[in-house]
Amino acid sequence: MSDVYIVGAGETKFGELWERSLRELAVEAGLRAIENAGVYSRDVEVLYGSNSLAGIINGQENIGGLLSDFSGIAENNIPAIRIEASTASGGAAVREAYHAVKSGEFDLVMVGGVEKMTDVFGSELIDLTSSVLDREWEAFFGATPAALAAMSARKYMADFNVEKDAMAMISVNDHFNASKNPDAQYKNKLTLEQALNSVAVAEPLNMMDCSPVSDGAAAVLIASENYMKKNKLEGVRIASSAEAQDYLALHSRKSLYTLESAKVASRKALESAKIKIDDISFAEIHDSYSIYGLMELEDLGFAEKGKAKDLVYEDIKIDGRIPINPSGGLKAKGNPLGATGVGQFVEAYRQMKGKAGERQIKDAKYAMLHNMGGSGSISVVHIVGGE
Amino acid sequence: MGEVSRFWREAVHRYRLVGHRCGNCERTYFPPRDVCPVCHRDSVGKMKEFELSGKGTIESFTVIHEVPSPFVRQRPYILAIVKLDEGPSLTAQIVDVDPGEVEIGKRVSAVFRKIAQQGSSGIIQYGYKFVLD
Repeated sequence: MSDVYIVGAGETKFGELWERSLRELAVEAGLRAIENAGVYSRDVEVLYGSNSLAGIINGQENIGGLLSDFSGIAENNIPAIRIEASTASGGAAVREAYHAVKSGEFDLVMVGGVEKMTDVFGSELIDLTSSVLDREWEAFFGATPAALAAMSARKYMADFNVEKDAMAMISVNDHFNASKNPDAQYKNKLTLEQALNSVAVAEPLNMMDCSPVSDGAAAVLIASENYMKKNKLEGVRIASSAEAQDYLALHSRKSLYTLESAKVASRKALESAKIKIDDISFAEIHDSYSIYGLMELEDLGFAEKGKAKDLVYEDIKIDGRIPINPSGGLKAKGNPLGATGVGQFVEAYRQMKGKAGERQIKDAKYAMLHNMGGSGSISVVHIVGGE
Repeated sequence: MGEVSRFWREAVHRYRLVGHRCGNCERTYFPPRDVCPVCHRDSVGKMKEFELSGKGTIESFTVIHEVPSPFVRQRPYILAIVKLDEGPSLTAQIVDVDPGEVEIGKRVSAVFRKIAQQGSSGIIQYGYKFVLD
């Protein structure tokens, strides 16, 4: 079986991109990855498009066909399909590409993630994004993604005696890092006071605990070691890939603040890469809500349960012991659902190549990338780096 | 949105809190499920309807200010995860109470209420909400 490498990466700016369409965003990111790798689109053997909600937000299904056509490769007749795993679609699509290359079936695979969220806004968009929950037994009764995160937060704060400051520091860290990322949705630094005093969304979470509505696309080219060497490309290795599920509805899980999917996927990814959590140089984590940042630091293995608060004031900073979300994370780089997980790979690729500009982490050996769907029903974890 | 059948088929579960009990291990589930996650194929054909008491305890709750479109007229509202006395937990609104009186651990009972409606002339959806005891 072949080793698997990222040989090119590109993304659009994330944000409220009113003038840009779903297909334009996807094609822009794909072309940037092609350009970055130094290959041609005719070299791509299969295309995986990752997207969460285009069917109901943009009224567009058949994303594989759309991306193949407007990437200009329809006449090449290569396979092109959409991978959907809710807000973990991006990680799931890269994982399929990893398998496709590792198996020896393909040598060069394009993964393009895209989401165009601002075509719908307000309460209507909240209803549509609640589709990633259990529609009939959560959303039907008024649950939203923010409401479920809020219920996890309230129980977590009560059981571990944690104040809102600890959650808010996840957002403060994201904003600081995003201020150094040209692709990020928000460039403003956020103070703890600003975070704590923003308007309520679902108590105890307020606006600065929640990732924004984002448009954006991200793409990576995944290649076999042979292909990379034969074509004199430079790559960053994907050391391992793991995915795990939990109950769809939060109310069916054993604990309101334990992400079993993240625990299992992290353990499997570390085992498969034959490394330990202490070998990780930095991580991109799926902090769609600040409370998930705390829960993930624990469930991925960086802290004991209830102890993430000890990391959030110093250790997670870009020059700290375990930098978290150098990209700016979901809160500040942005969260264009289907593109989010692919965007984590773009960040890891740039960090590992020493091309992360002002937010460069020195001498990074391994990165952990965690992409999560729904309120935690699915986690996809990849380890990037190593020889 | 959806046809009447999408809501009508769940009426017994949402109106009377009818879940399932596994005939193999006697565990109770809500909402109903056709396979017991503990007994797997040993439970097939043995999942029997079971009516829950509607008595339970608040595990956690939130007050939602940014609401989905069917709930705009109810903003803000209290949503909770309630652990029922028979074992399973569910997600439902807490009503007829000031948010300041709701706490983790308080006892609640199910009541039958209107949940939402599809626009001004569409289907009206009913189901359970909870009140403090």
